[in-house]
Amino acid sequence: MRPLLRFWPDLRSRIGVYIVVLALTLLANGIQLIIPLITGHIIDGPIAHRDLSGLWLPVFGVLVIGIAEAVALWARRLLIAPVVAQWEITWRSRLFDRLQYTSVAIHDSWESGQLLSRAINDLSQLRRFFAFGIPFLVTTPLIIIIGTIILTFLHPVFGLIMLIMAVPTIATVTVFEKRYREASRRSQDTVGEITTEVEESIQGIRILKSFGRSPWAAQRFSHLSRKFQGLEVRKAKLDSWFWSVLILLPTLAQAAIVAVGTWGVVQGWMTIGTVVAGVTISMVMRMPIEMLGFLLADALMALTAAARYWEVIDIRHDITDADGRIADAPDVGRYKGELDFDNVDFHFADTDRDTLKNLNLHIAPGQTLAIVGATGSGKTTLASLVPRLQDVTGGSVRVDGTDIRELPVNEVRNLVSVSFEDPILFSTSVAENVSMGAPGVDDDAIWHALEITAAKDFVERLPEGLDTQVGEQGLSLSGGQRQRLALARAVIGAPRILVLDDPLSAVDVDTEDRVQRALREILPDSTTLIIAHRPSTSALADAVAVLDEGRIVALGTHDELLGSSALYRELMGASAAAEHSTPGQATAEQFTEGGGQ
Amino acid sequence: MSIPRVEEDEVEQLPPDIAKKARALLFSLVRPHLPMAVFLLVIVVLTALFLVIGPIFIADALDNGVPQAVAGDPGPLIRAVSAFVISAIASAVLAFASTRLVGITAQKVVYSLRSRLFGHIQRLDLGYHERSTSGRLVSRQTSDMESVQQFLTYSLFDTALALFEMTFIAVTLIVLDVPLALVVFLGFIPLFFITKSAHSSQRNAYRRTRTSIAKVIVHFVETMGGIRAVQAYRRQPDRRGTLKDEDTAYRDANTDALRGVAWFAGWTRLVGNVTQTVIIIVGAWLVIEGWTQIGVLAAFILYLRRFYGPLDELVQSFNLYQSASAALEKMAAVLDTDPEVVAPAHPKVLPAHSTDRNSGATSAEGSGQAPSGRSIDLNHVRFSYGDGPDVLPRFDLRIPAGEIVALVGATGAGKSTLVKLVTRFYDPSEGRITIDEVDLRDLDDAQLRKSVVMVTQESFLFAGTIADNIRIGNPDAGDDEVLAAATAVGLDPYIRNLPEGYETDVKKRGGRLSSGQRQLVSFARVFLANPDIVVLDEATAHLDIPSERLVQTALATVLEGRTAIIIAHRLSTVEIADRVLVMDSGRIIEDGTPDELISGAGKFAQLHKAWRDSLV
Repeated sequence: MRPLLRFWPDLRSRIGVYIVVLALTLLANGIQLIIPLITGHIIDGPIAHRDLSGLWLPVFGVLVIGIAEAVALWARRLLIAPVVAQWEITWRSRLFDRLQYTSVAIHDSWESGQLLSRAINDLSQLRRFFAFGIPFLVTTPLIIIIGTIILTFLHPVFGLIMLIMAVPTIATVTVFEKRYREASRRSQDTVGEITTEVEESIQGIRILKSFGRSPWAAQRFSHLSRKFQGLEVRKAKLDSWFWSVLILLPTLAQAAIVAVGTWGVVQGWMTIGTVVAGVTISMVMRMPIEMLGFLLADALMALTAAARYWEVIDIRHDITDADGRIADAPDVGRYKGELDFDNVDFHFADTDRDTLKNLNLHIAPGQTLAIVGATGSGKTTLASLVPRLQDVTGGSVRVDGTDIRELPVNEVRNLVSVSFEDPILFSTSVAENVSMGAPGVDDDAIWHALEITAAKDFVERLPEGLDTQVGEQGLSLSGGQRQRLALARAVIGAPRILVLDDPLSAVDVDTEDRVQRALREILPDSTTLIIAHRPSTSALADAVAVLDEGRIVALGTHDELLGSSALYRELMGASAAAEHSTPGQATAEQFTEGGGQ
Repeated sequence: MSIPRVEEDEVEQLPPDIAKKARALLFSLVRPHLPMAVFLLVIVVLTALFLVIGPIFIADALDNGVPQAVAGDPGPLIRAVSAFVISAIASAVLAFASTRLVGITAQKVVYSLRSRLFGHIQRLDLGYHERSTSGRLVSRQTSDMESVQQFLTYSLFDTALALFEMTFIAVTLIVLDVPLALVVFLGFIPLFFITKSAHSSQRNAYRRTRTSIAKVIVHFVETMGGIRAVQAYRRQPDRRGTLKDEDTAYRDANTDALRGVAWFAGWTRLVGNVTQTVIIIVGAWLVIEGWTQIGVLAAFILYLRRFYGPLDELVQSFNLYQSASAALEKMAAVLDTDPEVVAPAHPKVLPAHSTDRNSGATSAEGSGQAPSGRSIDLNHVRFSYGDGPDVLPRFDLRIPAGEIVALVGATGAGKSTLVKLVTRFYDPSEGRITIDEVDLRDLDDAQLRKSVVMVTQESFLFAGTIADNIRIGNPDAGDDEVLAAATAVGLDPYIRNLPEGYETDVKKRGGRLSSGQRQLVSFARVFLANPDIVVLDEATAHLDIPSERLVQTALATVLEGRTAIIIAHRLSTVEIADRVLVMDSGRIIEDGTPDELISGAGKFAQLHKAWRDSLV
């Protein structure tokens, strides 16, 4: 129950409306108990006596009550509609915001579909539950209790019958509840898995198509949807037991009332009128009792949905400002841009193996340091430490001598501009994508940034220039074009610190060279950390650090390192030509021999 | 690059006959289950029957049983009560069976709809996928699917039950008293108009909910997928604002839909209740005038209440149907889109490998057998996206079997487009492309993809283990083959360092692979796939130079005798090529062996010199 109770603050904020809705629900359902009494009165009274004048008052009563019932029904739905629709999107915005500030490492540990299914499917389940489930769950037992009390007043024996019937009902509920809850949890988790599979099958479509693996993906998906089918059928089977028991029990109770009642009439300790009243009341009570089954199933699904929702909301934020929160726009101080890595260690939360070990680097303001290293040596991890996408696990990263963990997260991110290996463009215009790096800049500044990254020419040729929509919902750009737009975003507004993670891997050498030179000339004051694979890039840097298995193994200028570090030469493609050695370092000539015929 | 952007509205614009198509889709889904539907119909009829006759036994017990029992004959009373108990048990059994069968059948239908949609989306050509957003297709298969499932599970049966129950009661009413029954049926006139008006307004509202929730999903998927950039560029307030806008539209649509239900349900109940009052007045008058028996009127009033009861069910079902049909329309629109790249009706078979002579007619499998290439011909090929300008003006190209071709040129020169034609991600606007003289359009997908494999710089990993991901190259490959492929591309040492080696889940503990390592996974897939023709589009962009060389050495071995087209900005790849094609603005401007071109004075000579200079 706890996950649902945690929604109390939301409920309390609209408690007025909600109580009115509960009252209207009770009213609409309660009326069902009254109308039979009046119609009974009409039949026994005016009609039996053929007294037309006595008819008007009760008929008027029936009409008024009928209208009241319709109005109650209408008002209940009308009132609750905006409330629950708003709740649904409020909850989604909380979930979305929690995730927006959740660190990248934790994000990576979640399957994307599990997040989406919680944000969509589970929240719509909760919306339905708050709109219909709760009002009925509150009023239905009340109706049943009132009915039982009326029956008891009619004759204690009727009350006893209802109580006896309650025993197997409660037993069934107990058995059912636990199993249904398990089934519901597994089923809703599977919805998340299916969502993940669907997302991947679309996002990975090129790979699936290249290898002709669509049938394979379809089979995987089919396997998963079979699993889901099985779980849903299991729920249906549990429902079938539960619902049929809840149909059977009140009907049997009714039969018992008839049997005992008529026996009492025969024996002379009950009147026929009492029996008729008892039967009528028990008839009205059948509906609410039958409904309990549906309501309970709905409540259990909502409970699961709530638990899944809170699991996301409860995600701990591990990279935060000093006060444990993350301010969106903290004040940004003035910094020179001196960047230090001071005995930095880093390992991912779920392993003891250090990705970075005892790493020391110093970059003076305005200087450029290139990081060179083999695949998997920790370069990207190192780059992610500067904008605090990850936090160090030992030592510190310092800007102007201040540990960046002591600074507000978004102050650091304001100081540091990043360009990623995989360029991420959002579904908006070129102008907006680029100006994200420095909100509020004018078109000239955007064109200037595009010029630095050699993107001006192709942007000019786009159908709507700067206003062309790009990203997933827009024009498809090539990898190199996307990289240059993403790089323009990083350099716009001359950031204090620039972190470039292999930003031009998909660009031809010529263009790369132009961009590199432009960067140096135009951004002389930006402290730059650049991950490089090509000699041309590292040759332009003030210094180069060679990273190997998370440690800095050599540091110097490009020319120095070419002389002193064999690893550097190898990484720059120089050593192989000189050494003619192992198969892993075959020369260009060997390739020609191997590939030719 | 210049793919015409399909306006969002255009994607969302549903064809005018979509409602019909959605109904056709629903019918085609239910059709295989017609025998079950008939069986369920029998259950519905029986359930409705028991619902109607149950009270008759009680009435019988009270009206006849009690007086006779008092008179000394308990027989009729016992019989009536027993009949009621039996009907109660029968109702419960029927409810048990129907809940179960409806659940099972609904899930079968949902399963087949899921599979159909999934399969169709996979079949849709790359052009479609590049135009549409993943989030929107995801919403079709998740949120829309949920809506359909809700309807099938909770409504179809209830609707039928409500209709039959009303029919039985209507029949009873007519039998009881024709004039009074006519009054009841008069109530249907306003109900008809209420329903008609609700139909159009609710359909509209539910369509809006489907469209707006899809936008929410698109935004959610994009934000979570680009979380690194969102955080690094402090986009959270902006993303939150957009979510709020999209979600507000959804909330409003949803509120309208729910309010529509309120009006519909309220009016319906009002009509029912007013009719009831009218019946009492008219009935009383008929009784008093002596035209109707009092007992008849009593029964009439009792049944009347139950006659309008199921209307609530119908209102509920009607709305679930409206929501589901809006969802089905969206799905039907996807299913109705024909892929532009279509499978052949009568696929042809590629000729046996010319180099297969010694290994028999079977295609070369595994690394032990002689690899083989196939020739590629492009005849009078021209390509443009839709009616746009030519991306590739008409040209001819022949690549003999076994040749390794390097494709060189600036970004946007048309290299990627050319290889997308060779791999049949697109069909040429004009002309034909053949491999070993067979038109690509005559090959079925399985054969084509077995023969031609492309690797791009995009290195997507699917949920599952690393071994699973490598096996995308060949799902039947054994562990030793996976190991061999990983070793060949230099991936093995990294994998061994992971907590669970090849069985490490790529999304879970320790499964983080760098982009270079992911790219090696892509290469390992090629090794397992063992194709005749390999196309590499910037496939080594994220690799450091030693890794790239290692991959190239391995490729040089595996490419022996195969046909290959390689696009790379780093000209090191050119060194394993037999032939270089230089492209500019969609045209092939230079064509020759690397040596010829390097020693010439053309564009390639310049490029090569620049690249040489960039090396140490």
